[in-house]
Order: sequence, then structure tokens, then C-alpha cells
Amino acid sequence: MHREVLIAEADFNQNDVVTTIRKRNPTGIGGLVTFTGLVREHNMVTGDASRVATLTLEHYPGMTEASIDRIIDHAEGRWPLLEVQVIHRVGQLCPSDQIVLVAVASAHRAAAFAAAEFIMDCLKTEAVFWKKEHTHLGEHWVQSTDTDEQRRERWSQS
Amino acid sequence: MNSSVTVRFFASIAEATGVTKMTAMACDTADLMTVLAEHLSDDAVQAINQDNVRIAVNQSMIDGVTPLANGDEVAFLPPITGG
Repeated sequence: MHREVLIAEADFNQNDVVTTIRKRNPTGIGGLVTFTGLVREHNMVTGDASRVATLTLEHYPGMTEASIDRIIDHAEGRWPLLEVQVIHRVGQLCPSDQIVLVAVASAHRAAAFAAAEFIMDCLKTEAVFWKKEHTHLGEHWVQSTDTDEQRRERWSQS
Repeated sequence: MNSSVTVRFFASIAEATGVTKMTAMACDTADLMTVLAEHLSDDAVQAINQDNVRIAVNQSMIDGVTPLANGDEVAFLPPITGG
């Protein structure tokens, strides 16, 4: 299985990723699932009162990539996959900016759907990132949410 | 024997220490905490001593006191937010 993990400040182009994956796997892919996460304007803690003006993401070069690699290892152990690509942006981002891309190719769509969702749920809880929200009321470091933990936990039970 | 190590701080901890990186001499991670307590502000010492702060040596999480060698990188990591 081919994999790529990229942490970058620069924006990404989903079509470029899809094209690259199709070229590298010219015949075997039956399903290619891509998930793009965007920066949301609404603050999860306080709701509408403090809209997110910007989001700053920090990472630990090396350790962050390794944490994502482990997630992909787990996905590869669970589903027959042909390729996984994860792109995660860092630095300062604004609402509606693209923040994360997960692309999973497999011979069968069920594996591609499941693995993409699994990888995304794990990214939300296990990937080494710190997020700071800047609102008109001030700024604060974001804590991971119970919802994220519960979504991750589902995969341990099944 | 004391080793020269690189100490790295991230996110809220880097804000408390005012720096992202420093060097220190210490024989193990417990000794390092003592050394840092002498050099950092009270706020910074409080930040790195919080229960939810994890320590990584050479990018691997550790539990308990870990010996340090010359050139090791010790990182203080506040709780991660995830991607």
C-alpha cells in the first residue's frame, strides 16, 4: 500500500491528489473516497456568541507525522487498501479554509468509506496538533471534545 | 552524569515559558524538572507541572523518570486537540 502524509501551511488541491492516486494505481481502484475538512466559524464551546475569526494550528514536526502514520497502520491492518493520503494544514487559518484532506483508495468502496471515516475519527483524537481559536472575545486553546472521543471509541467496539 | 539536552515547549506551555526551545544539563527527567524550576518563571513551572502535561523524549511519550543522554530532545506537550 502506498501512503503519503503531508503537514503544510500551504493550501491543497483535492483534484491533484485524486489525479495522483489514479495515476499511481491505474487499474485496481474500485473506490476512492476523499474527505475534506473545513474550518467552521462557530465556536464549539460558547456557540454563536463568539465566532471564530481565525484558527492557529501548531504541530510537533516528526512526532505529528508519526502519530498519523500509526493511524494509517491501524487502517491498513483493518481494511484492504491501495493508497492513503493525509494532508493537514498548520499555521493560521480562517473560516471556510480547507484544513484537512483524507483520501483512501481501495478495490472496494466499503473499505474505502470505512477506512476514510476511521482515519478521520482517529485524527481528531490522536494526531499531535494543538488548535487555538481567536474570537472577538479573546483567544483560547481548544480541548478535544467528548463527541470526538465517542466517535473514536466506536471503532474499538466494532 | 549530566547530559546536554534540548528542551522544547509547545502551544499553551510555550506561551507560559515564553520560549519554544532551550538547552539544559540534566541526568534524567526528574533532574530536568528541578533544573527548569530554577530557570523558568513561576507561571512556566506551574504550566509544565500540570497533571495533563505529557513528556516526550526523542519524540516518544514517556511515563516516570527517564535517563537522559547527550543530544536528547525532551518535549513538554499540553493535551492535544487532534486534527
